Amino acid sequence: MYLARVIGRVVATARYPGLDGVPLQWIQPLDEEGRDAGAALVAAAVVGTGPGDVVHFVDGREGALACPETFVPVDAAIIGYVEEAAVFDRDLAAERRRNA
Amino acid sequence: MFLADVVGTVVSPVQIPLLEGRTLLLLRRVAPDGTPTGSTRIGIDLTGAGVGDRVLVVDEGNAGRQLLEAPDGAVKTVVVGVVDYVDREGELLYDKAARAPVARMGS
Amino acid sequence: MLIGKVVGSVVASQKDEKLENLKLLVVQVHDHNNEPQPSYVVAADSVQAGTGDLVLFATGSSARQTTLTENRPCDAVVMAVVDSWDLGGENVYEKWA
Repeated sequence: MYLARVIGRVVATARYPGLDGVPLQWIQPLDEEGRDAGAALVAAAVVGTGPGDVVHFVDGREGALACPETFVPVDAAIIGYVEEAAVFDRDLAAERRRNA
Repeated sequence: MFLADVVGTVVSPVQIPLLEGRTLLLLRRVAPDGTPTGSTRIGIDLTGAGVGDRVLVVDEGNAGRQLLEAPDGAVKTVVVGVVDYVDREGELLYDKAARAPVARMGS
Repeated sequence: MLIGKVVGSVVASQKDEKLENLKLLVVQVHDHNNEPQPSYVVAADSVQAGTGDLVLFATGSSARQTTLTENRPCDAVVMAVVDSWDLGGENVYEKWA
């Protein structure tokens, strides 16, 4: 499970049937300093998140288990909205939202 | 399993039901000598670990689901132990009682 | 998931029988700015994607979570055809533009 920031939204009408209605969003993984870490990817957003939000996500088949229908080809899912990510004395989530 | 330093906490008021009421920790994976390796992760704490502790982490779905007793749970990364000692060939690499504060990355 | 462009298909008549009747697409990875990356994946198609389409694909054991790929030696599957996306409110890609 990793920290990330939602950077965009993907529209895809033709999709695997079990995925109808699941929002797909671009996320940028973050490191413990709130910096971009690695390449952006697309995740199923199973909690109500949107661009600019700091979130946490799970990768692999666990991403599918977070979806309403669990037998679906999903390998990454946003599973929580992060209000505060405190690293020592800093709040990364608040800094990231301010800089978004 | 791997070793990690707890570098922070995550507060997530909106999340999948399985995680409700659980403590989420921000983890920096480290080599046995404490050198940071790999990417920052978020783990579910089952041990009462706190910032500055070195911990034992499993990062695999089947193990995570077994630990949380959630057969269909979307979980992977779980903190399963607070480390007291690490040694390599008899040399003490980490001692919780004598540890120095965990260094901030880049400082 | 990652996004990529379908740049071709693969036909292999000599193959494991468990791979029979799977349509295999050659997909070139694109990043979030729609820049082509030097990385290609062969993925099974579950959504009738065609050459030139930008698609979403899933990898690893998740790729076997379709009725088409279940219990087959498949580690990448195209699971959606992308219509459009935006980054920070700016439209990056529009299929019908």
